[in-house]
Amino acid sequence: MIEIDWYLALSAIIFTIGMIGVLIRRNAIVIFMCVELMLNAVNLSLIAFSAYHGDVTGQILVFFSLAVAAAEAVIGLAIILAIFRNNLSVDITKVNLLRW
Amino acid sequence: MEIYAFVLLAVLAIASALGMILSKNTVNSALLLVLNLLSLAGVYLLLQAQFLAIIQILVYAGAIMVLFLFVIMLLNLDEEKTLFDKIRAKYVVAFLLGVVILGQILYSLGGVTDMLPELSPDMEFAGTVEALGDVLYTDYLFVFEMTAILLTAAVVGAIMIAQYKTKDKGDTE
Repeated sequence: MIEIDWYLALSAIIFTIGMIGVLIRRNAIVIFMCVELMLNAVNLSLIAFSAYHGDVTGQILVFFSLAVAAAEAVIGLAIILAIFRNNLSVDITKVNLLRW
Repeated sequence: MEIYAFVLLAVLAIASALGMILSKNTVNSALLLVLNLLSLAGVYLLLQAQFLAIIQILVYAGAIMVLFLFVIMLLNLDEEKTLFDKIRAKYVVAFLLGVVILGQILYSLGGVTDMLPELSPDMEFAGTVEALGDVLYTDYLFVFEMTAILLTAAVVGAIMIAQYKTKDKGDTE
Protein backbone atom coordinates (compact mmCIF):
# COMPACT_ATOMS: atom_id res chain seq x y z
CA MET A 1 0.00 0.00 0.00
CA ILE A 2 1.43 3.35 -1.04
CA GLU A 3 1.34 6.24 1.43
CA ILE A 4 -0.04 9.56 0.20
CA ASP A 5 3.38 11.15 0.78
CA TRP A 6 4.75 9.54 -2.36
CA TYR A 7 2.07 11.02 -4.54
CA LEU A 8 2.61 14.45 -2.99
CA ALA A 9 6.38 14.14 -3.44
CA LEU A 10 5.93 13.18 -7.10
CA SER A 11 3.63 16.18 -7.51
CA ALA A 12 6.24 18.47 -5.90
CA ILE A 13 9.03 17.14 -8.12
CA ILE A 14 7.02 17.61 -11.33
CA PHE A 15 5.96 21.08 -10.21
CA THR A 16 9.59 22.05 -9.60
CA ILE A 17 10.70 20.70 -12.98
CA GLY A 18 7.98 22.79 -14.61
CA MET A 19 9.07 25.86 -12.67
CA ILE A 20 12.72 25.45 -13.64
CA GLY A 21 11.59 25.01 -17.25
CA VAL A 22 9.67 28.28 -17.13
CA LEU A 23 12.74 30.04 -15.77
CA ILE A 24 15.42 28.67 -18.13
CA ARG A 25 13.68 28.32 -21.50
CA ARG A 26 13.33 31.16 -24.00
CA ASN A 27 10.92 29.55 -26.44
CA ALA A 28 7.45 30.84 -25.56
CA ILE A 29 5.74 27.59 -26.59
CA VAL A 30 7.97 25.49 -24.34
CA ILE A 31 7.39 27.91 -21.45
CA PHE A 32 3.68 27.48 -22.04
CA MET A 33 4.00 23.69 -21.97
CA CYS A 34 5.92 23.97 -18.70
CA VAL A 35 2.96 25.88 -17.25
CA GLU A 36 0.72 22.98 -18.31
CA LEU A 37 3.14 20.64 -16.51
CA MET A 38 2.81 22.67 -13.30
CA LEU A 39 -0.99 22.63 -13.60
CA ASN A 40 -0.86 18.85 -13.93
CA ALA A 41 1.34 18.49 -10.87
CA VAL A 42 -1.21 20.38 -8.79
CA ASN A 43 -4.01 18.25 -10.27
CA LEU A 44 -2.14 15.15 -9.13
CA SER A 45 -1.96 16.33 -5.53
CA LEU A 46 -5.66 17.29 -5.60
CA ILE A 47 -6.60 13.82 -6.82
CA ALA A 48 -4.32 12.20 -4.22
CA PHE A 49 -6.00 14.10 -1.40
CA SER A 50 -9.41 13.36 -2.88
CA ALA A 51 -8.68 9.63 -2.97
CA TYR A 52 -7.21 9.47 0.51
CA HIS A 53 -10.07 11.45 2.06
CA GLY A 54 -12.70 9.48 0.16
CA ASP A 55 -14.24 12.79 -0.89
CA VAL A 56 -15.14 13.38 -4.53
CA THR A 57 -14.91 17.20 -4.31
CA GLY A 58 -11.21 17.20 -5.14
CA GLN A 59 -11.91 15.42 -8.39
CA ILE A 60 -14.62 17.97 -9.25
CA LEU A 61 -12.01 20.67 -8.71
CA VAL A 62 -9.62 18.88 -11.09
CA PHE A 63 -12.44 18.70 -13.64
CA PHE A 64 -12.86 22.48 -13.54
CA SER A 65 -9.12 22.97 -13.58
CA LEU A 66 -8.99 20.93 -16.81
CA ALA A 67 -11.63 23.19 -18.35
CA VAL A 68 -9.70 26.31 -17.31
CA ALA A 69 -6.48 24.78 -18.67
CA ALA A 70 -8.19 24.23 -22.03
CA ALA A 71 -9.35 27.85 -22.13
CA GLU A 72 -5.90 29.02 -21.08
CA ALA A 73 -4.21 26.93 -23.78
CA VAL A 74 -6.43 28.40 -26.48
CA ILE A 75 -5.86 32.01 -25.39
CA GLY A 76 -2.14 31.51 -24.80
CA LEU A 77 -1.54 29.96 -28.20
CA ALA A 78 -3.49 32.80 -29.82
CA ILE A 79 -1.26 35.31 -28.03
CA ILE A 80 1.86 33.38 -29.14
CA LEU A 81 0.56 33.46 -32.73
CA ALA A 82 0.06 37.23 -32.47
CA ILE A 83 3.59 37.67 -31.06
CA PHE A 84 5.01 35.53 -33.87
CA ARG A 85 3.21 37.63 -36.44
CA ASN A 86 4.79 40.81 -35.06
CA ASN A 87 8.31 39.55 -34.28
CA LEU A 88 8.72 36.53 -36.60
CA SER A 89 10.07 34.70 -33.54
CA VAL A 90 8.74 33.16 -30.36
CA ASP A 91 11.93 33.94 -28.43
CA ILE A 92 10.72 35.84 -25.39
CA THR A 93 14.00 37.72 -25.00
CA LYS A 94 13.15 39.47 -28.25
CA VAL A 95 9.78 40.63 -26.93
CA ASN A 96 11.05 43.81 -25.31
CA LEU A 97 8.57 46.49 -26.35
CA LEU A 98 7.60 47.29 -22.76
CA ARG A 99 11.06 46.74 -21.30
CA TRP A 100 13.27 49.60 -20.22
CA MET B 1 2.32 -4.95 -7.35
CA GLU B 2 0.78 -1.53 -6.96
CA ILE B 3 4.06 -0.09 -5.76
CA TYR B 4 5.90 -1.33 -8.87
CA ALA B 5 3.33 0.32 -11.10
CA PHE B 6 3.66 3.55 -9.14
CA VAL B 7 7.47 3.55 -9.32
CA LEU B 8 7.40 2.81 -13.05
CA LEU B 9 4.88 5.58 -13.77
CA ALA B 10 6.65 8.06 -11.49
CA VAL B 11 10.04 7.45 -13.11
CA LEU B 12 8.43 7.76 -16.54
CA ALA B 13 6.70 11.02 -15.57
CA ILE B 14 9.83 12.61 -14.08
CA ALA B 15 12.09 11.47 -16.93
CA SER B 16 9.72 12.77 -19.60
CA ALA B 17 9.30 16.07 -17.75
CA LEU B 18 13.09 16.50 -17.55
CA GLY B 19 13.43 15.53 -21.20
CA MET B 20 10.77 18.07 -22.07
CA ILE B 21 12.51 21.05 -20.53
CA LEU B 22 15.94 19.97 -21.85
CA SER B 23 14.96 19.14 -25.44
CA LYS B 24 16.08 21.56 -28.11
CA ASN B 25 13.41 20.51 -30.58
CA THR B 26 9.97 21.93 -29.76
CA VAL B 27 8.12 19.01 -31.34
CA ASN B 28 10.08 16.58 -29.16
CA SER B 29 9.17 18.66 -26.12
CA ALA B 30 5.48 18.44 -27.01
CA LEU B 31 5.64 14.67 -27.55
CA LEU B 32 7.47 14.16 -24.25
CA LEU B 33 4.76 16.24 -22.56
CA VAL B 34 2.20 13.83 -24.04
CA LEU B 35 4.16 10.94 -22.51
CA ASN B 36 4.19 12.77 -19.18
CA LEU B 37 0.42 13.32 -19.33
CA LEU B 38 -0.17 9.66 -20.17
CA SER B 39 1.91 8.45 -17.23
CA LEU B 40 0.08 10.89 -14.94
CA ALA B 41 -3.17 9.39 -16.22
CA GLY B 42 -1.80 6.02 -15.11
CA VAL B 43 -1.13 7.48 -11.65
CA TYR B 44 -4.74 8.73 -11.58
CA LEU B 45 -5.85 5.17 -12.28
CA LEU B 46 -3.80 3.97 -9.29
CA LEU B 47 -5.69 6.57 -7.23
CA GLN B 48 -9.04 5.11 -8.41
CA ALA B 49 -9.94 8.22 -10.40
CA GLN B 50 -11.02 6.39 -13.54
CA PHE B 51 -13.10 9.18 -15.08
CA LEU B 52 -10.37 11.80 -14.69
CA ALA B 53 -7.77 9.42 -16.15
CA ILE B 54 -9.88 9.07 -19.30
CA ILE B 55 -10.55 12.81 -19.41
CA GLN B 56 -6.83 13.48 -18.99
CA ILE B 57 -6.05 11.33 -22.03
CA LEU B 58 -8.92 12.65 -24.15
CA VAL B 59 -8.74 16.35 -23.34
CA TYR B 60 -5.10 16.94 -22.39
CA ALA B 61 -3.09 14.41 -24.34
CA GLY B 62 -5.63 14.50 -27.16
CA ALA B 63 -7.15 17.92 -27.74
CA ILE B 64 -4.78 20.35 -26.04
CA MET B 65 -1.56 18.72 -27.21
CA VAL B 66 -2.87 18.45 -30.78
CA LEU B 67 -3.50 22.20 -30.58
CA PHE B 68 0.07 22.72 -29.36
CA LEU B 69 1.54 20.55 -32.12
CA PHE B 70 -0.64 22.33 -34.67
CA VAL B 71 0.71 25.72 -33.61
CA ILE B 72 4.30 24.42 -33.58
CA MET B 73 3.89 23.09 -37.13
CA LEU B 74 2.17 26.33 -38.18
CA LEU B 75 5.01 28.51 -36.91
CA ASN B 76 7.62 26.14 -38.40
CA LEU B 77 10.25 26.91 -35.77
CA ASP B 78 13.89 26.01 -36.14
CA GLU B 79 15.68 24.04 -33.48
CA GLU B 80 17.29 26.18 -30.85
CA LYS B 81 21.02 26.12 -31.44
CA THR B 82 22.06 26.55 -27.85
CA LEU B 83 19.93 25.74 -24.87
CA PHE B 84 22.35 27.28 -22.41
CA ASP B 85 23.93 30.40 -23.86
CA LYS B 86 26.34 32.81 -22.22
CA ILE B 87 24.04 34.15 -19.50
CA ARG B 88 25.14 31.71 -16.82
CA ALA B 89 23.87 33.46 -13.68
CA LYS B 90 20.26 33.15 -14.81
CA TYR B 91 20.42 29.36 -14.98
CA VAL B 92 22.21 29.06 -11.65
CA VAL B 93 19.54 31.20 -10.01
CA ALA B 94 16.79 29.15 -11.68
CA PHE B 95 18.21 25.83 -10.47
CA LEU B 96 18.86 27.17 -6.97
CA LEU B 97 15.31 28.51 -6.77
CA GLY B 98 13.96 25.16 -7.96
CA VAL B 99 15.98 23.22 -5.39
CA VAL B 100 14.96 25.62 -2.61
CA ILE B 101 11.26 25.36 -3.46
CA LEU B 102 11.39 21.57 -3.79
CA GLY B 103 13.18 21.34 -0.46
CA GLN B 104 10.65 23.63 1.14
CA ILE B 105 7.68 21.59 -0.11
CA LEU B 106 9.26 18.29 0.90
CA TYR B 107 10.28 19.67 4.30
CA SER B 108 6.78 20.92 5.04
CA LEU B 109 5.46 17.55 3.82
CA GLY B 110 7.78 15.76 6.22
CA GLY B 111 6.45 17.87 9.08
CA VAL B 112 2.85 16.72 8.65
CA THR B 113 3.51 13.22 7.42
CA ASP B 114 1.88 11.44 10.39
CA MET B 115 -1.26 13.60 10.11
CA LEU B 116 -1.97 12.71 6.49
CA PRO B 117 -5.00 10.49 5.85
CA GLU B 118 -4.95 6.81 4.98
CA LEU B 119 -6.51 5.53 1.78
CA SER B 120 -10.24 5.66 2.21
CA PRO B 121 -12.08 2.35 1.57
CA ASP B 122 -15.09 3.94 -0.17
CA MET B 123 -12.81 5.29 -2.92
CA GLU B 124 -13.71 2.43 -5.25
CA PHE B 125 -17.03 4.11 -6.00
CA ALA B 126 -16.00 7.77 -5.75
CA GLY B 127 -14.06 8.06 -9.00
CA THR B 128 -16.66 6.65 -11.37
CA VAL B 129 -18.67 8.69 -13.84
CA GLU B 130 -21.86 8.15 -11.82
CA ALA B 131 -20.42 9.42 -8.56
CA LEU B 132 -18.75 12.41 -10.19
CA GLY B 133 -21.77 13.32 -12.30
CA ASP B 134 -24.03 13.03 -9.28
CA VAL B 135 -22.12 15.75 -7.45
CA LEU B 136 -21.30 17.77 -10.55
CA TYR B 137 -24.90 18.24 -11.67
CA THR B 138 -26.33 18.95 -8.22
CA ASP B 139 -23.95 20.84 -5.94
CA TYR B 140 -21.75 22.32 -8.65
CA LEU B 141 -24.32 23.01 -11.36
CA PHE B 142 -23.80 26.78 -11.33
CA VAL B 143 -20.01 26.43 -11.58
CA PHE B 144 -20.49 23.96 -14.41
CA GLU B 145 -22.57 26.47 -16.37
CA MET B 146 -20.01 29.19 -15.69
CA THR B 147 -17.38 26.88 -17.20
CA ALA B 148 -19.43 26.75 -20.38
CA ILE B 149 -19.47 30.57 -20.51
CA LEU B 150 -15.72 30.64 -19.84
CA LEU B 151 -15.00 28.26 -22.73
CA THR B 152 -17.20 30.26 -25.10
CA ALA B 153 -15.46 33.49 -24.10
CA ALA B 154 -12.07 31.82 -24.57
CA VAL B 155 -12.91 30.68 -28.10
CA VAL B 156 -14.24 34.11 -29.10
CA GLY B 157 -11.24 35.81 -27.51
CA ALA B 158 -8.78 33.49 -29.26
CA ILE B 159 -10.35 34.27 -32.63
CA MET B 160 -10.23 37.99 -31.87
CA ILE B 161 -6.55 37.85 -30.88
CA ALA B 162 -5.28 35.52 -33.58
CA GLN B 163 -7.06 36.79 -36.67
CA TYR B 164 -5.47 39.11 -39.18
CA LYS B 165 -6.63 42.68 -38.94
CA THR B 166 -8.65 42.69 -42.15
CA LYS B 167 -9.80 46.29 -41.73
CA ASP B 168 -6.30 47.68 -42.32
CA LYS B 169 -5.99 46.12 -45.74
CA GLY B 170 -8.32 48.44 -47.59
CA ASP B 171 -11.58 50.33 -47.57
CA THR B 172 -13.72 47.80 -49.34
CA GLU B 173 -16.68 48.36 -47.03
